[in-house]
Amino acid sequence: MIDILRSEWTKIRSVRSTMWTLAVTAGLMLGIGTLIASAARGSTEDDIPGAQAVMLSLTGIMFASLSIATLGVLVISSEYRTGGIRTSLMAVPKRMSLLTGKIVVFTVTSLVVCTVASAASLAVGVAITQPPTLDMAEAVRAVAGCGLYLTACGLFGLALGTLVRHTPGAIVSAIALMLVLPQITGMLPGQVGRTVADHFTTNAGMQVAVPLVRNASLGPWSGFGVYLVWIAVIMIAGAVLMRRRDA
Amino acid sequence: MTAIRATNLSKRYGKTVAVSNLSFDVEPGRVTGFLGPNGAGKSTTMRMILGLDRPSGGSALVDGRPYAELERPLRKVGALLDAKAVHGGRSARNHLLAIAQSNGIPNGRVDEVLEAVGLREVAGRRIGGFSLGMSQRLGIAAALLGDPEILLFDEPVNGLDPDGILWIRTFMRELAAEGRTVFVSSHLMSEMAQTADHLIVIGKGALIADTSVAEFIGRSSQGYVRVRSPRLADVAELIKVGEPHHDHLRVTAMSPVEIGTLTARAGIPLEELTFVQPSLEAAYMELTKDSLEFTS
Ligand SMILES: Nc1ncnc2c1ncn2[C@@H]1O[C@H](COP(=O)(O)OP(=O)(O)O)[C@@H](O)[C@H]1O
Ligand SMILES: [Mg+2]
Repeated sequence: MIDILRSEWTKIRSVRSTMWTLAVTAGLMLGIGTLIASAARGSTEDDIPGAQAVMLSLTGIMFASLSIATLGVLVISSEYRTGGIRTSLMAVPKRMSLLTGKIVVFTVTSLVVCTVASAASLAVGVAITQPPTLDMAEAVRAVAGCGLYLTACGLFGLALGTLVRHTPGAIVSAIALMLVLPQITGMLPGQVGRTVADHFTTNAGMQVAVPLVRNASLGPWSGFGVYLVWIAVIMIAGAVLMRRRDA
Repeated sequence: MTAIRATNLSKRYGKTVAVSNLSFDVEPGRVTGFLGPNGAGKSTTMRMILGLDRPSGGSALVDGRPYAELERPLRKVGALLDAKAVHGGRSARNHLLAIAQSNGIPNGRVDEVLEAVGLREVAGRRIGGFSLGMSQRLGIAAALLGDPEILLFDEPVNGLDPDGILWIRTFMRELAAEGRTVFVSSHLMSEMAQTADHLIVIGKGALIADTSVAEFIGRSSQGYVRVRSPRLADVAELIKVGEPHHDHLRVTAMSPVEIGTLTARAGIPLEELTFVQPSLEAAYMELTKDSLEFTS
């Protein structure tokens, strides 16, 4: 397995799309966080409470999640697009080992980059908003939550890329499942509608990063757990097809 | 042990039968040509041997085992399927490095194979900008990384210039001379005649011939004698077995000497009396003509 991890690390670090998507993810976190924090600071003379300052600094997460999901998609779909998947499978014919290698390398890379970017956004945002008090435990939890949430979004992309094998198709599915449908489920009527919306992909997952998001059914960690179940189901479907289909 | 063994190998894609009930062995120490017209099922067969496509029936074994069960397969088998099927954004060195690492092949081997195929100078360049010839060399470098005993090449000379063709041909002969198994596909008989020792010929997915190159030439269609004369009708009447063909007669049942003697006695002048050796290409066409999907 260590051989496969080294190989996948070489692959992910040696294409420009990795550098681009990671740079855009970090840029969106920092850029949007800075923008929103400055706007908030400029719009009031009053103190901005600590919890709110944290949330404002991390507003970029909505867009950053799509950028990191794009990298997740590309990790596998670019191999199908170029036909390089055949070279990869000739080298590692045990397909689940290849997929596992990609998942592990992507997860570690994304966790490091996204957590650092989130911490930087928070630091800049707090410096701008100047809240009178800041609960350090809460701040650390928010940064860790952001890193985890963004990485989960990337894995969502990787799962869709494995299932769909087609870059545009997988990215469109990611936008639909992570951004559009969660909004639409919010319009479902009644208690059942509310429950569906609360459990729907990012509606469930986002609270771990942005605690002020309202979710009546799930807490931050149970919500994140529900999000991971979504991702696992799609990943398993993709893995089953990957085993069965011709490369 | 037989290097590659296909047993009743079959593959359907929906309604298309790409390979049907194909059985053959590929032995070490020689170049085995895998010959067949376009669409005959050569690439499909190679993908099944390499565990990329799942057979609809039968099996393909490499060194006695299914490819997917080989530990570190690149140390046993090297293959070049489609030279352009690479991520164009990577440098040649990183491309090979990723492949090497996956099979625990030392990093130093990357520079060795780059040197061997003549790509050392461009090792740091993005492969997206490579010409077809350079891509083929890179593909061969990848196949050689694990110093494998068994090599598969799918139409390696397609689109190459004469220099490149000669280079690949020589290379394959050297690999076989070292005792390795070389299995190479082509749709051109002329190409195989110059490279292969043994031939496996397929058409429409089914086996047509499994034979040495010499035997293949021997048992292919006979030659004929071409006779041209200003009095062609008289010649035809005289020898009786000639078949009119545009402006000449084709005779298979008599030798040039017999024909010449007869016409000389009858005082008929000849413009041409030639024995036409069947070309390999003609022999191949003859064998596969029934299996061509489209005839022009
Ligand atoms: N992935 C595929 N899906 C559908 N049909 C295919 C596929 N691959 C090959 N075929 C069909 O199978 C037949 C054999 O193709 P192929 O193995 O590429 O032949 P060759 O390499 O001898 O030219 C052709 O009719 C081709 O169209
Ligand atoms: Mg082919």
